[in-house]
Amino acid sequence: MATNILLVGVGGQGIILMSKVLAAGLAQMGYDIKMSEIHGMSQRGGTVTTQIRYGDKVYAPGIGEQEADCIVSFEKVEALRALPFLKKGGTMITDKHEIYSMPVLTGKAEYPGNALELMAEAVENLHIIPAMDKALELGNVRVQNICLLGALVKVLKLDAVDWKGLLADYVPEKALDLNKQAFAAGYAMI
Amino acid sequence: MVKEIMSGNEAIARGAWEAGCSFAAAYPGTPSTEILENLAEIREISARWANNEKTALEMAIGAAIGGLRSLAAMKHVGLNVAADPLCAVGYTGVNAGLVVVTADDPGCHSSQNEQDNRFYALLAKVALVEPSDSQECKDYIKEAFAISERFDIPVLFRVTTRICHSKGLVELEQPGETVVKPYQQNRSKYCMLPANARVRHVVREESLAELEEYANTSSLNRIEWGSRKLGIVTSGISYQYAKEVFGNSASILKLGLTNPLPRTLIKEFCGAVDEIYVIEEGEPFIENAVKALGFSCTGKDKIPITGELNASIVGAALAGKNPQAGYSVEVQAPPRPPVLCAGCPHRGFFWSLKKNKKRIVAMGDIGCYSLGVGEPFAGFETNLCMGAGISGTIGFAKALEKQGDPRKVLGMVGDSTFFHSGITSLIDVIHADANVIACILDNSITAMTGHQVNAGSDRDVQGNEVPAIDVVALIRGLGVPEDRLRVVDPLDLKAMQQALDAAVAVKGPFVIITKRPCVLIKEVARANAGRYCQVDPDKCVGCRACTLIACPAMAFKDNKSIIADPASCTACGLCMQMCKFDAISKVGE
Repeated sequence: MATNILLVGVGGQGIILMSKVLAAGLAQMGYDIKMSEIHGMSQRGGTVTTQIRYGDKVYAPGIGEQEADCIVSFEKVEALRALPFLKKGGTMITDKHEIYSMPVLTGKAEYPGNALELMAEAVENLHIIPAMDKALELGNVRVQNICLLGALVKVLKLDAVDWKGLLADYVPEKALDLNKQAFAAGYAMI
Repeated sequence: MVKEIMSGNEAIARGAWEAGCSFAAAYPGTPSTEILENLAEIREISARWANNEKTALEMAIGAAIGGLRSLAAMKHVGLNVAADPLCAVGYTGVNAGLVVVTADDPGCHSSQNEQDNRFYALLAKVALVEPSDSQECKDYIKEAFAISERFDIPVLFRVTTRICHSKGLVELEQPGETVVKPYQQNRSKYCMLPANARVRHVVREESLAELEEYANTSSLNRIEWGSRKLGIVTSGISYQYAKEVFGNSASILKLGLTNPLPRTLIKEFCGAVDEIYVIEEGEPFIENAVKALGFSCTGKDKIPITGELNASIVGAALAGKNPQAGYSVEVQAPPRPPVLCAGCPHRGFFWSLKKNKKRIVAMGDIGCYSLGVGEPFAGFETNLCMGAGISGTIGFAKALEKQGDPRKVLGMVGDSTFFHSGITSLIDVIHADANVIACILDNSITAMTGHQVNAGSDRDVQGNEVPAIDVVALIRGLGVPEDRLRVVDPLDLKAMQQALDAAVAVKGPFVIITKRPCVLIKEVARANAGRYCQVDPDKCVGCRACTLIACPAMAFKDNKSIIADPASCTACGLCMQMCKFDAISKVGE
């Protein structure tokens, strides 16, 4: 049986980098991996989704509705959008960060401020974490992704990998310490 | 054995390297773009971004006839542009191997249609190979080059978005020596005049028959025996969905070499199972062949022709696997459509166009500016294929004229699209003396596909210095007089309005070139770093005029406009020009 992870957010939030580090770690653990990223139009401020499946042998690269064991959302409303993909009993990790889309900015649609409260009533395993706030506190919004990676590693109990060591292959040297701190902070948030 | 996580596109490039391919050409198009980008990083390979898919394939054909293993890559609709050389090289055959990668897009993730390019293999009489994951992308490319040379036939290598952009573990092998086959003159083979073409058609039919014999025993076509109660015939990504749903419970005929189809093997398989399912995305390409062999099977009667497949769809259609109830909440997520970036030069163009809607009706084209179709700009009324934004105006203007519609027709293409097929379209406009406005939205890059260089750039994809083509000089060279030509900064709304006024005032062709580089170009972004606009809350009266340009860096809160995201604001100044109360100023200049 494969484990299915869905990463969702908005173009430019660093989802692709997070999925690369995650996949490299899973490969180190000896798993077969399939990962699916759809890019193109989504780069221009649209929704971005990455799907990662791992196990002894993985065939299909995609994840259908009600098939995700764990969803990590970089943004509140994207967690709401991805909710139908969560398996019953699965875990949702979401940043409480908000990014307004054009229909919201122009007043054509309303941003559902109470999305997390409603989700908390429905989803048993929900972790709302302030990854973006932590990144701001550390002084670089771009480490939000690695903070969320820390949280995901804790949830999935993927402790057999030296994640902090692995980060050196994926982030610039001058930002390595910051990323390690972000990882540790995210890990501690669960 | 070294294993690496690779996308299908990366694996295709790696496979070409391992196969000793040394020439590659492509035109950028999602989901195929990264193939050439990865090939360009390999020193042994001469890689080029072509002006369009036709010139890309023709370059590769030239190299293959000359003696180098060559590859051309394009998205599915690109093969429509390259169909002419494909059908010709189908007859001539090759010298060194030639592989044409077509990246189809079921689900229209970033395309105008879902055409199934496997049919091009039948039409052009070329071999067809379909991998089903990254490992096969690499392995099958090597096999494709071998088939191309052994049977003197071009190979169409068909992948789909889910193959191109999915990643999996790939076992790497050593890169191969560059293959060079000595060039030998052979006019009767390579000059497709009627007398030669008739002969070559006969030769091709014979070689296709030989290739079909090979296909019956090739390792690309294999049977995985399971229960004989159910036999599944499948290819490409659909194989993964079949395995996901049926595991090892059914027998599977997994096809990788699908033109010519291995009819003997299909008969052997279908004759040995009780019931047959054909699982394939898109059109019933294999299903039709199975039925033509006299077998009844389940396929497109249950599996949709439209859209992208996945394991859930296949499971629900064929295995009665219906999804369980999941989670839901009462509120809906507001839509998040892709938008023009903060600082995008196209925003000024589309705002100006919107203001002139009563006088101008516009036709669109393919590129970032396709995003101008959405609200609030609703920037154009048609959007079909590359180049049509300019040539389409000629007929459209005639049609409006016949109906007494006084509006002038405007067409638009980007710089890369202009080089792709807009040049010939513009020549038609000028030669037809059409009463239209032709706009070239020049942002100095092929932006939508992720910033590839084009003929307007002074460096090629491998970093070599090259002569940049001057769009304005080219258009002047076509005989467009100075009073019918304007070069404007699209973020200067006054200049934009003056250009449109001048264009509407005259009868006949008028050319407007909007010139300002994309804000995502590294050097431009660096120059703009630290620059942003700010709104003085005391001067802002909350009229919302500045929000009409739909800039994602702006927001409207507590009855005042604000620059909500200064980091993405480039201080382009468009919102300042919208403000009548002098409430917005630039910071960091």
